[in-house]
Amino acid sequence: MIFRRIFSGDLPRSRVLTAVLIAVFLGLLVTPFLFPGAKATNVAAKICIFIVLVASFDLVLGYTGIFSFAHTMFFGIGAYGVAIALSTLGPTWRALAIGTGGALVVALALSLLIGLFSLRVKAMFFAMITLAVATAFQTLASQLSAFTGGDDGLNFKVPDVLTSNVTFSEHTFRGVALDGKLLCFYLVFAAAVLLFLIMLRIVNSPFGRVLQAIRENEFRAEAIGYRTVVYRTCSSVLSALFATLAGVLLALWLRYNGPETSLSFEIMINLLLMVVIGGMGTMYGSVVGATLFIVAENYLQDLMKLASNGLSGMPFLRDLFHPDRWLLWLGILFIVGVYRFPAGIVGKLRMKAVVKP
Amino acid sequence: MTSSTATVPAPEALPKVKTDLLPLLLLPAIALAALPLTGSFSTWVTLTFAGLAMGMIIFIIASGLTLVFGLMDVLNFGHGLFITLGAYIATSVIGRMSGYVESPSLVRNLMAVVPAMLIAMLVVGAVGFVFERVIIRPVYGQPLKQIMITMGGMIVGVELVKVIWGAQSIPLPLPAAISGSLLFGDAAVEKYRIIATVVGLLVFAVMLWVLSRTKVGLLIRAGVQDREMVESLGYRIGLLFFGVFIAGAALAGLGGVMWGMYQQTITPEMGGAINVLLFIVIIIGGLGSVGGCFIGALLVGLVANYTGFLAPKVALFSNILLMVLVLLWRPQGLYPVVKR
Repeated sequence: MIFRRIFSGDLPRSRVLTAVLIAVFLGLLVTPFLFPGAKATNVAAKICIFIVLVASFDLVLGYTGIFSFAHTMFFGIGAYGVAIALSTLGPTWRALAIGTGGALVVALALSLLIGLFSLRVKAMFFAMITLAVATAFQTLASQLSAFTGGDDGLNFKVPDVLTSNVTFSEHTFRGVALDGKLLCFYLVFAAAVLLFLIMLRIVNSPFGRVLQAIRENEFRAEAIGYRTVVYRTCSSVLSALFATLAGVLLALWLRYNGPETSLSFEIMINLLLMVVIGGMGTMYGSVVGATLFIVAENYLQDLMKLASNGLSGMPFLRDLFHPDRWLLWLGILFIVGVYRFPAGIVGKLRMKAVVKP
Repeated sequence: MTSSTATVPAPEALPKVKTDLLPLLLLPAIALAALPLTGSFSTWVTLTFAGLAMGMIIFIIASGLTLVFGLMDVLNFGHGLFITLGAYIATSVIGRMSGYVESPSLVRNLMAVVPAMLIAMLVVGAVGFVFERVIIRPVYGQPLKQIMITMGGMIVGVELVKVIWGAQSIPLPLPAAISGSLLFGDAAVEKYRIIATVVGLLVFAVMLWVLSRTKVGLLIRAGVQDREMVESLGYRIGLLFFGVFIAGAALAGLGGVMWGMYQQTITPEMGGAINVLLFIVIIIGGLGSVGGCFIGALLVGLVANYTGFLAPKVALFSNILLMVLVLLWRPQGLYPVVKR
């Protein structure tokens, strides 16, 4: 069946999950028309981008069992590649290609270097080394202000076809102008779908099976005859490249990039929450996790504001539900998730489907 | 009977453990190398004391982290939480005793600062107790989950700190008698830095004494080297680890108070910001080694201050550079811990 080929034989395997995935896909597809206004489209684009980013993180964390703090670094490299190329060479497709290509080369070299140097050691050691490297890179990005715009970041123009300066039709559809911005959204959307399907293909290939074998028991995988270091390095390089592409999409959509938007440690933490909540080791988890998290980030606060106002009589409880404390609740959800549902929402749904077919 | 005892050879003394002095020499070597570079002797003295004070505080914070790792292979990415918490508790305590803090008499100052430190250690130790039970205990031996869960614990903890004390930064001023600096010839040395250095040395001395002269210390050292053997001799290593974890948390709390006073303002994010520094220190020292951690911390402190003066741009990367250089020299850290 064609679906089987598109999804690389890894179907959702749960009716609820299928329904959720279809809902997310259709929801993102029609967002610009269903919810007019910049905020909803922004949220939708961010979800698309983070689905790619989270899936790429899952490739290395969930499928290979490597914890890397340097993942946002590659996200940042992609975003900075595009930002620097477009702001120095002007808003052309050629500059975009150069920026993307350059970022990919840098990410490839850097991830290869980190991988070959430190993937031989224990998981803890790797986590610490990547944390140090990522911190150094973040400092570097904010210090080289002539090059990266420092803490202020870079504002730049993208090719005209992708901005609201260009309109394709006199008519509006449901009150939405058919302009370049809309095209940009669908470009991001299509790229995200494509990248996601490629990653799904990778994890369901023989190569992906070896990665999972390494995750389950590295010693045994080595004994069967796989050079685990090579596979682990390949996995982290691949995931770095996908993260870079996610960064490219981010820069293209925001037309701005700075340390806060693509490099900060906070993004790393958010990423971790999304992977775990969605479900580690299930590509679909990234869709569920990213969607849930970003919707919560943007709309949970409104809900908490209501709760906080309702509790205004009780000072401590009121502060507990203060809109700025939304991360507290997601953090608790995260801890409970790691203990109780290590396979996340997707794993839970799939398990349910197996129990009661 | 007497003849049989005569045939037993006299017990030979155990072979002396070779003391490895090279890393120790590194400290004066770096300090001396910096002397001509800084130009003037007085600047050098100021910088050296700043570096020592910073190093001592980092050592106090990191010592628990490295021991916990040595004993149980548990790396607590949430260690920064204890630092933040310690500093915030100190502000609350000191804030209630403003009369003591502002008075110019050293004794009255200490009557505010010492209780603040003790209360911070107690409370943070208690939080460490809960943290170990709730967060770390269920994920022993699962490094991946450990990393995630301790990070999660830190997120929640920092958010709770924000709930209690607010998200903005709070000033933590030094008491009147401790602030200001002493003049040695031309060299101005802040009083607080001298105190921090002394406290750090004290903690190091006590820790060395406990580790080398008491039974608990012997068990800890043995546990770091070979956990299973200690267990098979009938000692409950889990309990030992639990104790070390709590002590480490309390020390991190003390370090947090001192770091807060060193910076004079505290933010909820301060602990997370030091985390990277801590990891660098314990990697440089050799994971699990207290002595290595001490030297690593002082190295980091000194190098950070010298480069901060000589080349501020480089200073931001000095720690990482230092780590790379040390690891090129000794890939397992300065004092590699021999594990079975």
